[in-house]
Amino acid sequence: MAVMARPGANVAPNSHIPPTMHLTLHVWRQHDAASPGKMVQYTTDDASPDMSFLEMLDVVNEELTLRGEEPIAFEHDCREGICGSCGLMINGTAHGPEAATTTCQLHMRSFKDGDEIYIEPWRSKAFPVIKDLVVDRSSFDRIIQSGGYISAPTGGAVDANAMLVAKPDADFAFEAAACIGCGACVAQCPNASAMLFTAAKVAHLAVLPQGQPERYARVGQMVERMESEGFGNCTNIGECSAVCPKGIALDVIGLLNRDFRKARLVNNDGGDGM
Amino acid sequence: MATETERRSPAPPAAPATPARDTYWHESADHSMLESRAPEGPIDKRWEERKFSMKLVNPANKRRYTVVVVGSGLAGASAAASLAELGYRVECFCYQDSPRRAHSIAAQGGINAAKNYRNDGDSVHRLFYDTVKGGDFRARESNVYRLAQVSTDIIDQCVAQGVPFAREYGGLLDNRSFGGAQVSRTFYARGQTGQQLLLGAYSALSRQIGLGNVTMHPRTEMLDLVVVDGAARGIVTRDMVTGAIGSHVGDAVILATGGYGNVYYLSTNAKGCNVTAAWRAHKRGALFANPCFTQIHPTCIPVTGDHQSKLTLMSESLRNDGRIWVPLVAGDSRRPDQIPENERDYFLERKYPSFGNLVPRDVASRNAKTVCDEGRGVGPGGLGVYLDFADAIKRLGKRTIAERYGNLFDMYQRITAENPYEVPMRIYPAIHYTMGGLWVDYELQSTIPGLFVAGEANFSDHGANRLGASALMQGLADGYFVLPYTVGNYLAGVKPGQYKPDNIAFKEVENEISQRTQRFLATKGTRTVASFHRELGKLVWDYCGMARTDAGLKRAIGRIAALRTEFYENVHIPGTGEELNQSLEQAGRVADFFELAELMCTDALHRTESCGGHFREESQTPEGEALRDDEHFSDVAAWEYNGVGNAPTLHKEPLTFEYVHPSQRSYK
Repeated sequence: MAVMARPGANVAPNSHIPPTMHLTLHVWRQHDAASPGKMVQYTTDDASPDMSFLEMLDVVNEELTLRGEEPIAFEHDCREGICGSCGLMINGTAHGPEAATTTCQLHMRSFKDGDEIYIEPWRSKAFPVIKDLVVDRSSFDRIIQSGGYISAPTGGAVDANAMLVAKPDADFAFEAAACIGCGACVAQCPNASAMLFTAAKVAHLAVLPQGQPERYARVGQMVERMESEGFGNCTNIGECSAVCPKGIALDVIGLLNRDFRKARLVNNDGGDGM
Repeated sequence: MATETERRSPAPPAAPATPARDTYWHESADHSMLESRAPEGPIDKRWEERKFSMKLVNPANKRRYTVVVVGSGLAGASAAASLAELGYRVECFCYQDSPRRAHSIAAQGGINAAKNYRNDGDSVHRLFYDTVKGGDFRARESNVYRLAQVSTDIIDQCVAQGVPFAREYGGLLDNRSFGGAQVSRTFYARGQTGQQLLLGAYSALSRQIGLGNVTMHPRTEMLDLVVVDGAARGIVTRDMVTGAIGSHVGDAVILATGGYGNVYYLSTNAKGCNVTAAWRAHKRGALFANPCFTQIHPTCIPVTGDHQSKLTLMSESLRNDGRIWVPLVAGDSRRPDQIPENERDYFLERKYPSFGNLVPRDVASRNAKTVCDEGRGVGPGGLGVYLDFADAIKRLGKRTIAERYGNLFDMYQRITAENPYEVPMRIYPAIHYTMGGLWVDYELQSTIPGLFVAGEANFSDHGANRLGASALMQGLADGYFVLPYTVGNYLAGVKPGQYKPDNIAFKEVENEISQRTQRFLATKGTRTVASFHRELGKLVWDYCGMARTDAGLKRAIGRIAALRTEFYENVHIPGTGEELNQSLEQAGRVADFFELAELMCTDALHRTESCGGHFREESQTPEGEALRDDEHFSDVAAWEYNGVGNAPTLHKEPLTFEYVHPSQRSYK
């Protein structure tokens, strides 16, 4: 039987023996976008508390491959919490039980020996499943393409210090810009709304002096695109911010709503405002 | 369960019998292949004069040219956006589901620029000087000077895009000193500078996609380059969702596909980072320069077991206050707090009294390896050294330490479940960056006309060792401010749209790719791709990592070849080629890593000097420090491909130093 003591303070580093964990996994398997999917049960005895959640899935996949079965497809890349590729519903919570932690940074010491774990893809009309746990989040890219930028072609910039930005504004812009585009906000929202994602980009650019000329056109275009992609409406529930691995605060949504209403006046026509 | 039993031990098991080779490489007598086209004259005028001498494409004709850009990191996204702004049609490809996820996003520390906003004596010339010297005199002066010149434009451009750099209360940009630099020239956005710069380039790229000037192909992997009539004409790709093999023509092709650190299996790179695009171009005739120049970063979290899938870097700023030590005697398994002061060895402070714990990355890494090889390493497997903050906490207080390093301490605790305020951190070196890459001339063009290479994928600016905060600078310099000029200069001499995707040359390459896929799928062996990759990585790490020897490299070359043979006979890849198949993707990448690994070892074998991050045990000073050999190796080694398993041909580009005179580094 595995020793379940948390490794660390009481364990001499030079005599570290990783304990093992027995787990029962229920994993969403779906061959492709057109096929129906179902939950499939797997067990493993070779997890250890030092593994990341994705390394635990690596172990399961190695075993499946050697048994002649297809490994579980899941998205991942940097495995250090910044690229935004990974994202799993773990026991019903986007990115699992730890706050401000992506799936790749979640470690198995957050679980107990003998646990049952339910693993599902992000579920949203705007994020169709491609295979198993992999979903299509290109709708996020299209929201950015619709106006989530400052038009600043290469070469025309003034000296960087010619434009002053108050430190609180720069800090606020940074915090909003820290969004990694993982889609946890949409996955956790009962309405599958992309409001936190869209508002984070709107807020980042709206508080900077460089962002002012396109400020009201931008918010109109991005909201229009967001709605046409099939995301639900925001009803201020706040689950999005609670699961956001970067802790993006709900106040960006307030800023978006304020700018969106003002845009209808500024743009005069409520349309694209160009 | 299919766990591997191998460990990253310092003493590898005996090699299976492999035939000794007579010849590891051929020397080329023809040096005309490496025409650097670097300008002459005063160094500060070279880029300006070159830009003026370049041919221009008529604005009305630009729409008729297509440029293929592979990769969407800092170099790729900035090049794609800038070329589209100029009016060229751009096709951009990335293997990720979105261009925003390229691994540039993970860079933490910052980006250098010679703005001299701090009035502390920085200048273009000083940044140039530091970069040439930091690269241990193995980079081309003209390229490095241009990099320093455009560094200031990069910051202006990024601010105009809305990149939220750190600011002071007066609203001006903040700077810090980084990586041992004597001036404060590093711009940063907390510990997420790479993310913010990439999102800036991504927003410029997104704007051009929205305007219809760039066609973006996410989840699309380049599997080969198509060369017709002596020039690059396009690429062959695999759609990673449907498996469809397709051709894309370009009047020019840009590879901005990153580094090859994942040849070591464990590295700080993202899991998907690979060498395939660059390697395929190499096999089609592009020379590969200095492949053995890799950077090993000293402050990474150690490996915990065979399940380990990647290594996590922690900012080297930790060395400003942490003290590095191991037990004085081998095999001391006491807890760190039970080892008294006089039974500890603060080995960097002992050996380098003037720099102490702040010696450069290569020196810190190599010394950590040495003490672990002596059996004095700490933590599971004995591959780690302590980075201890107890004295700093005593001196400055826990609060100050938390203000400086709180985020890093939290990250460390999240991964290791150890509290670094109470227990010393454990660190070990890990592969972080690769200075080598495809050879390019001053205009970033490879030895294949029409094939340009940017960012980490080329070899050009960092010599044998890259300085901190210089990778982001180089990626954006290449994409925003070099390629938009030099690609235009090439296109001005080319008739647009000469080739179509139904050209026989494209079909032939598509067929080769399909056959390769079928061969992988038909093997049905008994080992997974990952098990081969782990074994290959261990070989390269043991023999072509921090320290290399003639005998070890020869042994490695034989063992890599034997393992490669086994890979093709015994790999097991489930599924089919006509679907999303992550095992198949990995198999293609690992196959190319096998061939690259052999070339890296051959390059390391030929370069019998120590320089930069590359320590050759036969070439050291009496004190055991790296000994460079300028008489024989003041050059770029560029390799020509001669077929799998055949000895490659070595071409040399001599390096001359008119402005920064080579000196031996000393940190005693």
